[in-house]
Amino acid sequence: MSERRPIVALAGNPNSGKTTLFNALTGSRAKVGNYPGITVDRRTARLDLSGGRSVDLLDIPGTYSLVARSADEQIALDAMLGLDGLERPELIVFCLDASQPVRGLYLVLQAQELGLRVAVALTMVDEAKRAAPPARALSAALGCPVVEVDGRRRRGIAELRVMIGQRLGEAAAAGAPPEPVWRWQPSDELARHIDSVRATLPPEWPQTPAMALWALMSLEEGDELRGVPDPLRRAVAAAPAGGRAVGSWIDDEVIEARYRWLDREVASLCHGAPDRSFTERVDRVLLHRVGGFAVFLAVMFIVFQSLFTWSDPAISLIEAAFSWLGDRTTDLVPPGLMADFLVNGVIAGFGSVVVFLPQILLLFFFIGLMEDSGYMARVAYLMDRIMKSMNLHGRAFVPMLSGFACAVPAILATRTMERQRDRLLTMMVVPLMTCSARLPIYTLVIAALFPASHVLGILPVQGLMMIGMYLFSAVTALVAAWVLSRRIRPLKAKRLPFVIELPPYRVPRLGDVVRMMWERTSYFLREAGTIILACTIALWALLSFPRHTEIDYDARIAAASAEQAPALEHERDAERLRQSYGGRLGHAIEPAIAPLGFDWKIGIGIIGAFAAREVFVSTMGVVYSAGGDVDENSATLRQRIRAEVREDGRPVYTPLVGLSLMIFFALACQCMSTLAVVKRETRGYRWPLFLFTYMTVLAWVVSFAVYQGGRLLGFS
Amino acid sequence: MRAEARTLDELGRGARAVVESVGGERPFRRRLLEMGLTPGTVVSLVNVAPLGDPLEIELRSGRLSIRRHEAALVLVRR
Repeated sequence: MSERRPIVALAGNPNSGKTTLFNALTGSRAKVGNYPGITVDRRTARLDLSGGRSVDLLDIPGTYSLVARSADEQIALDAMLGLDGLERPELIVFCLDASQPVRGLYLVLQAQELGLRVAVALTMVDEAKRAAPPARALSAALGCPVVEVDGRRRRGIAELRVMIGQRLGEAAAAGAPPEPVWRWQPSDELARHIDSVRATLPPEWPQTPAMALWALMSLEEGDELRGVPDPLRRAVAAAPAGGRAVGSWIDDEVIEARYRWLDREVASLCHGAPDRSFTERVDRVLLHRVGGFAVFLAVMFIVFQSLFTWSDPAISLIEAAFSWLGDRTTDLVPPGLMADFLVNGVIAGFGSVVVFLPQILLLFFFIGLMEDSGYMARVAYLMDRIMKSMNLHGRAFVPMLSGFACAVPAILATRTMERQRDRLLTMMVVPLMTCSARLPIYTLVIAALFPASHVLGILPVQGLMMIGMYLFSAVTALVAAWVLSRRIRPLKAKRLPFVIELPPYRVPRLGDVVRMMWERTSYFLREAGTIILACTIALWALLSFPRHTEIDYDARIAAASAEQAPALEHERDAERLRQSYGGRLGHAIEPAIAPLGFDWKIGIGIIGAFAAREVFVSTMGVVYSAGGDVDENSATLRQRIRAEVREDGRPVYTPLVGLSLMIFFALACQCMSTLAVVKRETRGYRWPLFLFTYMTVLAWVVSFAVYQGGRLLGFS
Repeated sequence: MRAEARTLDELGRGARAVVESVGGERPFRRRLLEMGLTPGTVVSLVNVAPLGDPLEIELRSGRLSIRRHEAALVLVRR
């Protein structure tokens, strides 16, 4: 084991160029994980300093303040102080946007009050021009080193490295953390509050006045902070109010005092305001009431088109590669259980993970471009009016749209929202969107059961059905968001303010985008991929065992002529599937699904479709002895479906049953990959379980209403 | 008349004013104050989103977007 490297943290406001600087400092070695128990990226990478020394650079999520209300916001404080099991950094480098230094320094002042060792990397100096504060003067005012850097052009990186090395040297020489620096004098009343609260700080926290002040400003009823002991809460709540609301006057006093110092000492260093004319000119188009929406729709169309269509060749290639691999394996391994396990369990399992990659990569390519250019903030700005009426975040638009292609990348994309509640609500409704895996089912059902005729002579019935299913899913998702946000406590739209920054437009850096794509993809493979693989194998076992059939088909196939053999093989596969545990389960759930118009064979299809919805088609192919390699356009399968009859001779499939079946698949969460990703993204079983339950119940109720209602109206 | 206080959402597009006070619930007030909207700060209304909400404001040489009903909690004077 090598010696543990010291940690240097990189902090700053969102949009301050922190990620670009992190990448410029560390090259391509970042490790991405999560902070314990919460879905906030924890990026670290080795940073080599002069003299063969190296440190671990930690990327702290962008924030405007250390005061927190939720566990997500608390991360910045925990990471800077090394609380909650995290390691304490030796030094915190603050990334400071030179075009608006005052707001960024507000965060630095909080760190200095806490007695943290800080340094400043001044970014965007070229953009700010004369408005940028001179590094030397700023350093004198703050009493800490300031280095000008340009992460994009890799300027100042070497100087920053040297400075980090020097600062660590000072830390080692000093042996103790620096003294807290307060730029303002608390009033007597506030000082009394700080003293009374300070006595109750938990022993593992620093026993500083700044921690007591943090508690006074952060703790309140309904906050979602972690690891705050009750005595501290009581002390904050009991702080003598003197007839005023404690919280608000403390906020006023503290925040105004910090800004007064900043306005006096720093604002005077800046000359004039940065030139925003370029961003203003672009915004005049992109935020225009007609042009803005036209561009927005065009951009969204490209994103959608890329996920839906452009990813197709890559997906087909992956599918072909895995099917080739399966065929080779079949050739090499003697037929039987082992070959079946390798081909339909392991190889198919890997295939069902890798097949998501084209869409994930493409979606994160576009998200990276939109985030880095500053357009994503405009998406939220443009769409907020519409999205907020359903209690969704403006940024939820991109994940919702991506849900039309596939819920898996869409759920990964919810990370662009910083609040847990917004991410959760979006994750809970994205799986309702008509994803591309539902299309084969709709295609099969519509083609088999609905007439190829026209309404009013021009509108094709089948096409209308398809459009209807899309509209149905979009409306259900929006209504579900509205209902869930009013009924489910953690999803409730708390009265949290919507304050977002509209950063200047900047040219995105391809390197940063590609790195983000890679980080997200490898995270998916590592975290969700393993679950999906395990589930595929488990589902294969469920549908493959026991392998016993009444009739010895293998002997018959051996004896049969070349023309008869394939039919016998199909019959054998159908018999095996019916006999399997999964098949019996399909039988067992018949009483539950009969009121929806489904028989036990559809029950087997529903169970098989849990692997992925489109598997319903091939499972039905096996069940109806048409072979497992049918697709949704198979004429044989269509005929079998039309020919299926119940015991009393009535057909199983009527248009009403078809509609009920499509609605069931539109609403039910028949996708283990979605559940696997939700489990990883929410760090637990609670939300995937909730998602599965509410969608299944909803699917059952609506299908029941449609089928039984249709029968009452005289449809069969 | 000219010095009469009004709310941020009532400013015309392009108009400048000085923050008098921020109202509303504590988390909202604190967020706006921490982002630099302290009393005495010059603020201007830059733009209104095409659908009428939210608003784009400029303060301390940065641009923020806040919702109309939240801007109504910010008292300003000319």
